[in-house]
Amino acid sequence: MQVPAPFEYQRAGSVDEAIALLARSGGDARLVAGGHSLLPMMKLRLARPETLVDINGLSDLEYVKVDGDEIAIGAMTRHVGVLESAVLAEHYRIFAEAERVIADPLVRNRGTVGGSLCQADPSEDLSAVFAALKGRAVIRSASGTRSVDLRAFHLGPYETVVGDAEIVVEVRVPIRPHTGSAYEKVERRAGDWSVAAAGAFVQLRGDTIDDVGIGMTAVGAAHFTCEEAEDSLRGGPVSPEAIDEAARICGQRCNPSADQRGPVDYKRHLVSVLVARALTRSVARARGEAA
Amino acid sequence: MTTTDMPAAPSSDTVPRSPAGNPLGFGHMLRKEDARFVRGQGHYVDDVRLPGMLHGAILRSSYAHARVVSIDTSAAEAHPKVKAVITGKILETLNLAWMPTLSGDVTAVLATDKVRFHGQEVAFVVAEDEYSARDALELIEVEYEPLPAVVDATHALDPDAPIIRDDLEGRTDNKIYDWEAGDEAACDEAFAKADVVVAEDLVYPRVHPAPMETCGAVAHMDKVTGKLTIWTTTQAPHAHRTVYALVAGLPEHKIQVISPDIGGGFGNKVGIYPGYVLAIVGSIVTGAPVKWMEDRSENLMSTSFARDYHMHGEIAATKDGKILALRVRVLADHGAFNGVAQPTKFPAGFFHIFTGSYDYPAAHCKVTAVYTNKALGGVAYACSFRITEAVYLVERMVNCLAFELKQDPAELRMKNLLRPEQFPYMSPTGWEYDSGDYPRALREAMRIAGYEELRREQASRRAAAAQPGADPTAPLMGIGLSFFTEGVGAGPRKHMDILGLGMADGCELRIHPTGKAQLRLSVQTQGQGHETTFAQIVSHVIGLPPEDIEVIHGDTDNTPFGLGTYGSRSTPVSGAAAAVAAQRIKDKARVIAAAALECSVDDLEWEHGRWFVRGDPTQGKTIAELAMIAHGSLELPEGVEGHLDASVVYNPPNLTYPFGAYICVVDVDPQTGQVKVRRFIAVDDCGPRINPMIVEGQIHGGLADGIGMALMEVIAFDRDGNNLGGSFMDYLLPTSMECPSWELGQTVTPSPHHPIGVKGVGESATVGSPPAVVNAVLDALQVRSADMPFTPAMTWRALEGRPMRPDLAIE
Repeated sequence: MQVPAPFEYQRAGSVDEAIALLARSGGDARLVAGGHSLLPMMKLRLARPETLVDINGLSDLEYVKVDGDEIAIGAMTRHVGVLESAVLAEHYRIFAEAERVIADPLVRNRGTVGGSLCQADPSEDLSAVFAALKGRAVIRSASGTRSVDLRAFHLGPYETVVGDAEIVVEVRVPIRPHTGSAYEKVERRAGDWSVAAAGAFVQLRGDTIDDVGIGMTAVGAAHFTCEEAEDSLRGGPVSPEAIDEAARICGQRCNPSADQRGPVDYKRHLVSVLVARALTRSVARARGEAA
Repeated sequence: MTTTDMPAAPSSDTVPRSPAGNPLGFGHMLRKEDARFVRGQGHYVDDVRLPGMLHGAILRSSYAHARVVSIDTSAAEAHPKVKAVITGKILETLNLAWMPTLSGDVTAVLATDKVRFHGQEVAFVVAEDEYSARDALELIEVEYEPLPAVVDATHALDPDAPIIRDDLEGRTDNKIYDWEAGDEAACDEAFAKADVVVAEDLVYPRVHPAPMETCGAVAHMDKVTGKLTIWTTTQAPHAHRTVYALVAGLPEHKIQVISPDIGGGFGNKVGIYPGYVLAIVGSIVTGAPVKWMEDRSENLMSTSFARDYHMHGEIAATKDGKILALRVRVLADHGAFNGVAQPTKFPAGFFHIFTGSYDYPAAHCKVTAVYTNKALGGVAYACSFRITEAVYLVERMVNCLAFELKQDPAELRMKNLLRPEQFPYMSPTGWEYDSGDYPRALREAMRIAGYEELRREQASRRAAAAQPGADPTAPLMGIGLSFFTEGVGAGPRKHMDILGLGMADGCELRIHPTGKAQLRLSVQTQGQGHETTFAQIVSHVIGLPPEDIEVIHGDTDNTPFGLGTYGSRSTPVSGAAAAVAAQRIKDKARVIAAAALECSVDDLEWEHGRWFVRGDPTQGKTIAELAMIAHGSLELPEGVEGHLDASVVYNPPNLTYPFGAYICVVDVDPQTGQVKVRRFIAVDDCGPRINPMIVEGQIHGGLADGIGMALMEVIAFDRDGNNLGGSFMDYLLPTSMECPSWELGQTVTPSPHHPIGVKGVGESATVGSPPAVVNAVLDALQVRSADMPFTPAMTWRALEGRPMRPDLAIE
């Protein structure tokens, strides 16, 4: 049996209490929500927090709702809640498409949106989704609340801007009319981490791309995106050539590592294929041509 | 004593039913063991909890090859809950630092001089609980002096390769053996005359059996009685008992090996691991029972792997596709110690059955085995002693030949398959195939598949893809075939032994006075359904309901000696023993019936579990009635002992040779390289099926294994010798998402020498399916050569004409 190193366990009854518990342990505590990434790392002794602050009681952070011209997703929303959300299905198909291929139902029943983002695994899917959609994270500390663009949220693998005594409480995504979105992932087997994955939204005004977002994961893309590719599309007409060019730029600009999931040349090629497919399907959805 | 004929196997599921609705013999029946498994009431080694039990944990090497300079255990020993810390130095004083392998080599229990693979056992901690044991491992300080590692087997014999086994006197290289089979001169002659010669390099990469319960043991040395009881994950409890006696000098009558539910074996649990020995040593040192259970990573990194064969095949044929000869050169990577489990005379297992299912006169193979800085093993994962590699080799070579001749691979196979009239068939490398009708099985598979229609669909898809403006994402359709023959049920004791122990198996059948029976087996079930199948075998012969027959196994104090369950040997060997034991019961019951009915034995007839007087069916006695009489006061004829039991040791006259024809249909995404298995058709012939449901379950599992190996399973190593498959995130097993709805068919060709005509089937699908999947993928790509596993990246690179080595780290 794999067993973790010794640790203290605290259960928080409220966000304020969780922040206070984090503040008290001065950087050696970790929040545990679904625990599906943190606990295996602890069992392998790759992570050794001195204290675990359990926030599974914070059910008031479990929601998906329209709030003004944004969709607000509570940080404790489980993957299954995202997968099955009618609000998200109405505005952004990318969520269900990404969630459907995140791990397996056991993980999706427990894993949370906030936990996924804060774990900051470089192969994590929701990081690519929120990067594509240009969402922002709402972060609370004892001194107040701040909001951070998801494209500035990750500092590196397993590293975010969230401070030692801070909690991500919500993620917000702007609602965009005339928009389609999609997610494409290649894995070696159901439930595996991505070899590469790409998500996109495309907002149309007639045949012109009004706005576009591209997200990628597992391929070392800076901030899980590629602004150069987005810029190449934005304001221009929709065309297969333009999509292929943007996809090509993504494949070129990302920075994948060779591992047992594949060599670098394959991963770059795959990024181009998946970005093109995600953009093409997003356009079809924005035009109402595809479900 | 009068003997009667063994009943013929029923041709259909029409046998009478017991009061519980079970067949009195062969037929569909729910598994008796499932009652506990579906309720979560299985009792595994890790469920064993004894009063005062301590817990062990193993410190493992983080290097693939390094000199052990020093080990400081003082901090670990100071841990308040630690009871003992054992190192190789301590074991040396007990003469236990090294132990023999199943292949005449030795392996380190705990490293003394060097570590030779990533994950090798270095120290053992015994503590009050498993948390403390693991915590204490981190307190042990080991100083290593790293050495260059031999990772790529193809360089193991380079003149400048580091010598791994400098513990062995006089070693100057990393070669373990050269071994050959077949007639080299005849083979050369056939090649010289051939119109076509096709050569191909094939890697069957290292894979792992990955059973559900990892390996472990609970050892209890009772100092008062001097008895050692060890609950352990073993597929061969009796062999383990004898080996413990020989290695540790313990008296064999004071050793009890118990193998409860162990959550699968697949060959992973045939050998003895250092952890088992350490649990015993821990119990001797502390005087308390000691449990050692490895975790998943330890299981994947240090216990018996499978395959790791680098093969060079050459096939010779006429221009119209008649095969003339096959020759093979194999480089076998055995890891740091030669720990292969196989019959002594066959260092490459049964690989030399590589002529497969085809009729050609000449064949020759040469196998060179080498040491590398990797974990030991080599025969595991349902491989039937390397027949997996042999079938893969020949089925890939036949496909390569079809590719070069531009012939349909089904047609080419049909042209070369052995014909029914050739059986019993002596193969060019010395195997006597007992029975078969191969063309019938292939025709049946092609019928179920709708083979001609599939080829038409493929042709029209390819034509569409060649049109201008064709959809570049349209899937590439591939159809792959394999035809396998296995030799299973090892085996005739004059040819087959392990560590000098002949591969025969004992069996005891006892009918209690009230007609309920106990059957004691030397083989051990790991999920094969023995408790059901063996009850059905006895029921088939003597007509007692299967629910009235308790099958006892996995406990050396309560079962007769035998070599255990692996290599699909249980039904061919122990199944025969059970049938013969039941037959002896039946014969004895006849004599008792004659005494009870006051008639001659020759006047008695048998039907449905009952002896009766010919011409007067009302005058008869059932086996249950005769059991009571056998234990009662009736004066028995002279020479007939009371009671109704029988004891048999069965020494099989030959192996049984199951076979089958498999067809796989895949769709490949040409842009991403993702492979989707659309259909899989499996026609198996294992003779009559005792319990068709269990047989189908075995085949389902084996087909999933085949998809796993063909598409995702592999343990690769980086340049430093680090194991890259050490977790289920890295070592992928297939899920239901990757498996199609299996389409099974069967033909039935009984074994002429097995008492009830059955053949082994436990490994057939694992052996037979990988080449079907690989042939399908390559057919889709219209590429001749590439090695499995066909992960998306591997498939895309194969399509690009730049295939990758599967056994090395992707860089």
